[in-house]
Amino acid sequence: MTPSTVAKRWARSTPLEISTGEARRLPFLMLLPAIVAIAAVVVFPMVYSLYLSFTDYDLTRPAYQFIGLQNYIDLFSNGDFWQAFGRTILFMTLAVNLEFVIGLLIAQLMAKAIVGRGLLRTVLMMPMMFAPILVGFQFKWFFNAQLGLVNNLLFSLTGDAHIIPWLVQVPLGFIAILVAEIWMSTPFMVIILEAGILSLPTEPFEAAEVDGASGWQKFRHLTFPMIGPFIYTAMAIRSLDLARVYDVVSIMTAGGPGTRTELIWTYVYRLAFTGHNYSMGSSMSYVTVILSFLFTLYLFRNVIKSRWEGRE
Amino acid sequence: MSATGFARAGRRRKTGDIARDTLLYLIILAFFLPAFWIILTSVRLNIEINARPPVWIPTELTLDSFKTLLGWPVPEGSFGMGTNIPFGDYARNSMVIAVVSTLFALTFGTLAGYVFARFRFKAKNTIFLSLMLARAVPGIALSLPILVLFGRVGLSDTVPGMILTYVALNVPFTAWLMDGFFRAIPSELDEAALIDGCSRWTAFLRVDLPLSLPGAAASGIFAFLTAWNEFALANTITRTPASRTFPPALFELTGEHVSDWRGMCAMSVMMLIPAIIFVALVQRQLMAGLTSGAMKE
Repeated sequence: MTPSTVAKRWARSTPLEISTGEARRLPFLMLLPAIVAIAAVVVFPMVYSLYLSFTDYDLTRPAYQFIGLQNYIDLFSNGDFWQAFGRTILFMTLAVNLEFVIGLLIAQLMAKAIVGRGLLRTVLMMPMMFAPILVGFQFKWFFNAQLGLVNNLLFSLTGDAHIIPWLVQVPLGFIAILVAEIWMSTPFMVIILEAGILSLPTEPFEAAEVDGASGWQKFRHLTFPMIGPFIYTAMAIRSLDLARVYDVVSIMTAGGPGTRTELIWTYVYRLAFTGHNYSMGSSMSYVTVILSFLFTLYLFRNVIKSRWEGRE
Repeated sequence: MSATGFARAGRRRKTGDIARDTLLYLIILAFFLPAFWIILTSVRLNIEINARPPVWIPTELTLDSFKTLLGWPVPEGSFGMGTNIPFGDYARNSMVIAVVSTLFALTFGTLAGYVFARFRFKAKNTIFLSLMLARAVPGIALSLPILVLFGRVGLSDTVPGMILTYVALNVPFTAWLMDGFFRAIPSELDEAALIDGCSRWTAFLRVDLPLSLPGAAASGIFAFLTAWNEFALANTITRTPASRTFPPALFELTGEHVSDWRGMCAMSVMMLIPAIIFVALVQRQLMAGLTSGAMKE
């Protein structure tokens, strides 16, 4: 059937309502390409991955057997996994809060800036153009022990050839990765929060001005509560991004040395591809993905609810 | 600029304002310096980059690192990654994969977004939620099974395999954005077209699609940047210059050429150019879209 025959039948049906018969097919046909692509690249591989997680499959061995829940049982007693998991939560919490505080400060200053706001915003957006892999490379070099920017600065400032192994020591490696992540993602926070501040109505601020409120009072009692939805959206999106952080860490330290900066995805990758435990990696990736799903549903529960209630 | 902006800009300047703006400039400068340092290093002399004690002010700038990458002759004595890097292949693969996958993702996402915005049927919310959850699966989680599956069907290390992957990766977000743009178009326009005898499909093609084009452009830029910058999947699917893109190539080279920081910086700059062009194009529309209330949905 051609699109036009489907369409002709549509002309007779009520707008915005799905009636019976062939007319049902138009929205289905329009959704089909998206569904097929996602089924092929996301759903099918994830189902396959679930299947493999119940086996002892590994990339180097063609023969494998079904071992039931063994991988999942082992996973719960795997200290390294939970340590990487905990480190990821810590990393996520620190990064999202620091980005929020710095982002809010910049957004507030930016919204009040008198000259050059357009130029400032363009300059601030530079880190957003860097691929995470580029950010990783860049900060790996900045924190390089011999020729890195940071040690060079210390050298020139103190005259002493400090060699601080930033990416090797605990907790310096973790901090270096945190700095890279904050540099890369704070501009996103600023953009969303500044949009929130700029979209506020002027009347409450004028009234507060008349009442003699200080700048801080206006910020604390007007701006901050009124940009609530923007804060929520920005922090939710960033939390989900941080839950899957991988590129920056993999290029800066690859989780090492040892497991000092190991986050969940570098650990899964290491186990599956270089640790010759592919099926175990699959089960860990599954557990993590399901936890991320729950986290996503929790963070976006209001959006989901309003859609479900047919607010349309 | 919003009314708030005008009201504040009109106020007389005080010492406090100057201090506040200075603080802002300093913070922005701190964010700018790391990017600036990469760009500057790509045109510096190797001898100065590797100098101890460090040399901060370049005495001479050179494009040798870019010439090396592009395979042009370079003067004697300038060491670097050399012409054995198949830079041209990486550039071609990156561009073809990003552009083609963006066009497909945009087409599929627009069709899906229109359905989410304009039709009502039982399974719609479930499908919408599934798309969002599909987006929540990290590339690195997918890379494990995709490595095995693509190997079996012959899509490993091929450009079509990469395109298919990035289409699926970008469709959910594109559909979500397009859904928002279609909702912003009054449905009365559609209904008028239907009453005038247009079919649903022609109403979509003639009324909604042209009106949604600015939104499609913005979505397309996000999709392009995702495809251009993606690493985890590219690193497992591609292996040779036949399909390898910039991000995994850069990852590979940082392992092999640890001493050639300038060459790496030059490659980073080349990788940044399309991103800079696209972000410059979209900056204004992005801010306008965000302030117009799209975030409050």
